[in-house]
Amino acid sequence: MEKALKRYAPFFVGPVLAAFAIGFIIPFIQGLYLSFCRFTTIDNAQWAGLSNFIHVFSDRSFGSSFRFTVMFTVVSVVLINVLGFALALALTGKLRGTNIFRTVFFMPNLIGGIVLGYIWQILINGVLSIAGKPLLALNAPAGYWGLIILMCWQQIGYMMIIYIAGLQNVPDDLLEAAQIDGASSWKSLWRIKLPMVMPSITICVFLTLTNSFKLFDQNLALTAGEPAHATEMLALNIYNTFYARAGMQWKGFGQAEAVIFCIVVIAISLIQLQATRSKEVQQ
Amino acid sequence: MRKKILSVLLLCVMAASALAGCGDGSGNGDSGEGSVYFLNFKPEQDEAWQELADAYTKETGVDVTVVTAASGEYETTLMSEMGKDGAPTLFQVNGPVGLANWKDYCLDLSDSDIYGQLVSDDYALIEGDSVYGIAYLIESYGLITNTKLLAKAGYSPDDIQSFDDLKAVAEDISARSDKLGFTAFTSAGMDASSDWRFKTHLANLPLYFEYKDEGVTSAKAVKGTYLDNYRDIFDLYINNATCDGKELAAKTGDDSRNEFLAQEAVFFQNGSWEYNDLAKELGDEALTMLPIYIGVGNEAAQGLCTGTENYWCVNSQADQADIDATLAFINWCVSSETGTQAMANDMGFVIPFQNAAQTPNVFVQQDAANLAAGKVPVAWSFSTMPSEEWKNGVGSALTAYAADPTDANWEAVTAAFVDRWAKEYELANQE
Repeated sequence: MEKALKRYAPFFVGPVLAAFAIGFIIPFIQGLYLSFCRFTTIDNAQWAGLSNFIHVFSDRSFGSSFRFTVMFTVVSVVLINVLGFALALALTGKLRGTNIFRTVFFMPNLIGGIVLGYIWQILINGVLSIAGKPLLALNAPAGYWGLIILMCWQQIGYMMIIYIAGLQNVPDDLLEAAQIDGASSWKSLWRIKLPMVMPSITICVFLTLTNSFKLFDQNLALTAGEPAHATEMLALNIYNTFYARAGMQWKGFGQAEAVIFCIVVIAISLIQLQATRSKEVQQ
Repeated sequence: MRKKILSVLLLCVMAASALAGCGDGSGNGDSGEGSVYFLNFKPEQDEAWQELADAYTKETGVDVTVVTAASGEYETTLMSEMGKDGAPTLFQVNGPVGLANWKDYCLDLSDSDIYGQLVSDDYALIEGDSVYGIAYLIESYGLITNTKLLAKAGYSPDDIQSFDDLKAVAEDISARSDKLGFTAFTSAGMDASSDWRFKTHLANLPLYFEYKDEGVTSAKAVKGTYLDNYRDIFDLYINNATCDGKELAAKTGDDSRNEFLAQEAVFFQNGSWEYNDLAKELGDEALTMLPIYIGVGNEAAQGLCTGTENYWCVNSQADQADIDATLAFINWCVSSETGTQAMANDMGFVIPFQNAAQTPNVFVQQDAANLAAGKVPVAWSFSTMPSEEWKNGVGSALTAYAADPTDANWEAVTAAFVDRWAKEYELANQE
């Protein structure tokens, strides 16, 4: 059996490996190379050394986008996971119509980011207009909270499903034993349920962290970075660097930003995975 | 046995999906005579281009593919298409600033037949001895006016010959708007999708007059001599409009057009490309276009803003056969009976070539009438604006000003216009 597996391994792994190489590894290496070049299309790249990276680190708009992105990510990761978990807890209890609720809460996740962005833009502008406040395009705090509300609305349902799956895997005998020993429901939540759903927490925090950090569609559709780049997240900042000015050098700057961005996202998610994995327990 | 069948089936699916990607694009370049691939900028004319391409294929047997980029996505689409095999053989740039990106890909057209057909070098993108782009249509913009509503308010287009006239008429109409049932201006939508009407097209006027004073056609830095006039005309737009200035941040150009079609306002700042949409509903006799007066220069002799930001460029990196086919195609478009008729009637273009046919577009006819009456058209100086980023800065500041028209907010517009110009020029041209 093992021999057969070995013999056929290239046959089975090959297609996937080829697809992965064509779709990911080769473009990634190409992108890395381009970040040291000035170019219009990938065919006419000219080597530019480290000058692209020097520009990026002296570009203030990249720094301010970075701060905005971090502020957004911290708040949205906490809110999405806490609310998603709370909903999961509520919907694993003995409530009537839990299936309907689960479906309804999951539904926003099925709508694309651009569409959601425009829908929420209309809604939020409507509210701001009634309240007599400046509209989204002129109102950075509203843009920030709008993005957070939008992300929560979209992601909570998704995380809720993962948490529900985790909670359903908590063995009943453990909970029963705790109950017999006189643990309050609060205590059994903290001491039993939470440690047991740690793998779900790892996944959910990973997903929300990377999704929030890489957010583009929703940002573009809801605020487009207005007013004056104040609500521009990193991905949109890279896009704007790439396209807002003519000339080969700007493509290189944008590419260098994208490489830095990629490294930052990988680093943050590795640290997070390490941190939450270490808290996981074996049943 | 069943497992084997299943695995064979799966293999087939895999192979099919892997090979499917190779299927498309093979239409280009496989015939010996070359083919044409035009990446079109104007979504409004997509259908007409497809028909013209079919007509050309029927007549000559040469394959012509026309692909239209989504509105506002031309540069991104072009960039990705140019990186592929079978790249566009014919594409367009918007002027000297756009050319900076694509110069390496532009064939020198100075020996081409189409360049010989051009009526004036004003419509070519020339650097040194090389002709990199050829304008294939000329457009005009100004204040599109509903003459029926204007008559209802007691005025005729001839009453408006200067900024003061325009201001008097607009303010009178807006003061009586309750009784009349309409107001002076459609909403000046400042949503990012449509603020180009003000950050680019309206901003062209102070820029044009400043260039004229200085005797230049482009500049590393601007003074903003006529920004107060820019403020006056923008104030007129936002104070005599269908909605409150605070709402403008979320209004779009489509809203503005719909208000005009619903006859809620007399004036709508836009260009000759709107003709097909407007004439279908309102009729030719209700439409005319007035110059945008801002109270500068000899207003009696001011014409519409006429120019182009549509330059055809031929891809110099394409196969020679494809280049030849492309040159023949564009020459056919602007010189043959079928081509010129399609461009004039189906697309509503006025084209700067010797064989151009008469177009039914009333705005274009208005421009010709102005020219005949000795009025001087305002050139499209905005094609020298240093970058998109500069335009966005002016747009943001204008939006803030529209919501809260204070002196401090106008200061921000001035800063975005004057100070950012020099900075953006430097950034866009740095080595």
